[in-house]
Amino acid sequence: MQHARMTGGSSVWERIRRNWGLYLLMVPAIAIFICFTYMPMYGVIIAFKDFRPAQGIWGSRWVGLKYFERYFDSYMFTNTIINTLVISLYTLVVTFPLPILLALMCNQMYAKRFKKVFQVSTYLPHFISTVVMCGMIIMFLSPSSGVIPRILGIAGIKMGDLMGNANAFSSIYVWSEVWQHVGWDSIMYIAALSSVDPQLYEAAEVDGANKWQKILAIDIPMLVPTMVTLFILRCGSLLGVGFEKVYLLQNDLNIAKSEIISTYLYKMGLKSNQYSYSAAIGLFNNVVNFVILILVNQISKSIGDTSLF
Amino acid sequence: MSQIAGKNHPAVRNHIRKSRADKTFDWIIYTIAVLMTLLALYPMYFIVIASISDPNQVAQGNVLLWPKGLSLDGYKHLFSMGNLWTGYLNTVLYSLVGTLIMLVVNIPVAYALSRRDLVGRGLFTFFFIFPMFFGGGLIPTFIILNNTFHMVDTFLVMVLPFSVISYYIVVSRTFFQTSLPAELWDAAQIDGCGNLRYFFTVVLPLSKAILAVIALWAAVGHWNSYFNAMIYLRTPSKYPLQLVMRNILINNEMAASAMTGSAAADINRKANLIKYCAIVVSSLPIMTMYPFVQKYFNQGVMIGALKG
Repeated sequence: MQHARMTGGSSVWERIRRNWGLYLLMVPAIAIFICFTYMPMYGVIIAFKDFRPAQGIWGSRWVGLKYFERYFDSYMFTNTIINTLVISLYTLVVTFPLPILLALMCNQMYAKRFKKVFQVSTYLPHFISTVVMCGMIIMFLSPSSGVIPRILGIAGIKMGDLMGNANAFSSIYVWSEVWQHVGWDSIMYIAALSSVDPQLYEAAEVDGANKWQKILAIDIPMLVPTMVTLFILRCGSLLGVGFEKVYLLQNDLNIAKSEIISTYLYKMGLKSNQYSYSAAIGLFNNVVNFVILILVNQISKSIGDTSLF
Repeated sequence: MSQIAGKNHPAVRNHIRKSRADKTFDWIIYTIAVLMTLLALYPMYFIVIASISDPNQVAQGNVLLWPKGLSLDGYKHLFSMGNLWTGYLNTVLYSLVGTLIMLVVNIPVAYALSRRDLVGRGLFTFFFIFPMFFGGGLIPTFIILNNTFHMVDTFLVMVLPFSVISYYIVVSRTFFQTSLPAELWDAAQIDGCGNLRYFFTVVLPLSKAILAVIALWAAVGHWNSYFNAMIYLRTPSKYPLQLVMRNILINNEMAASAMTGSAAADINRKANLIKYCAIVVSSLPIMTMYPFVQKYFNQGVMIGALKG
């Protein structure tokens, strides 16, 4: 402000006027974002109202925290929160470190062509759609015709009906996630490792370091900033476990462990038309996610110097 | 023997110098890598061989390494299923139009935000990044699209409302910041070139790499998504491929309808065969295209990694 006044108020306008073309370039995206992203953020006030479509978002009656209280008091509250947390923490603990290991491993491969084949084939499952992935999981695990029980049968291992076993749900979710995305998620780390100065390795070799020591002393420190950034982002979606895959893998037998916040919200909102109740659950979920993101970001900022913002 | 012959070759010398621990280390790494490659590829390979085998052989567990009782019956049946092909066509349309819209809205914003002389740059950046971390949620979005814009069950809802992607903007902005030298714009200005002409005649031709990355991401995203269609479409003839696939794979639509009169086990086997074929047909475009364009995907992730 001070600066703008000192250089004359017109110069800011002058700069805006000179770059009018840049603002024009942003118009379509701004319009789309206001209509379809920011208006729903305003629409979230229906969580505090008794939404009636005829009365509109603004015209509906305010009811304060009624729907939040209803959710907190319902038996589905602890149920959905626990299921969501179990699945998301399990996912975080397993799928966060594995891509790092994979990248470190990939970095040790010197056979160029082999490395290429390895990378292309581990990235490939990433491009399978969620629907096909879930179809594959259900077919492969089927106790009567699935290929996994067959192969394990050869080794003499008996496997029950995993899809019908509620306790197996989180493991099925997490390990199929690993199969599908571990390769792809390692790309960022591989990129970070490719920028290591080769002189560092040479210096370490002169000092008599073996491969293992080089990984510990050079590679891992190199990956820390990327790790921290990705970790903060992952924490920010702790309660945001992907709806798509959980919903498709749900069945009557595993529902006790597979009903998470987002699937419950979808059923309440769009299947039984309890708009306000469902919006309240969604808002609660988003606020918690947002708060965790800010917290982890602040903690990381004060401990090290990596942060998102 | 060849090691001795080529003893003076630097790679060989290096090899000899390797300690025993390092050699064991290499062995472990390559063994794990081979196992992982097989583990990644086998499920996909199994789907393909199961789709061209006799369903009874598959059900008995005889098809594990190669196809048995070759037959194309599953594919023949698939070709007679109208809804799958309608879905295919719909998905091609949604993907083409949707990808085009995504390029048209995201790339210009990314360029504008990459310019340091843009007044209000911080504010606009915040406007475009904030939705990455907070949103109205499913229900408010549905109400706005349904009650305010009346877009439910239209073609438009599949391509327009969710076309601005913060992540694409961040990645392309980083690309523009790092790959376009500032002197270029200075020179263009001296020649009397305006922002718009500069963007279309200089920036875009220099940015084919990022255009390819975003286009591929967008196309794969459209091809593979079912969520928006499930929420916002009502008429089955407008369903994209993935929603049709959901009905086949998850809801077992065929097993109930297509083959009446056979024994239950028989129905189940044939239904599985058709599922294998449907998976192959629906994934084929992306899987065959991927190895040829994979460098663009990697490039994109790496540009994004420069400044998350």
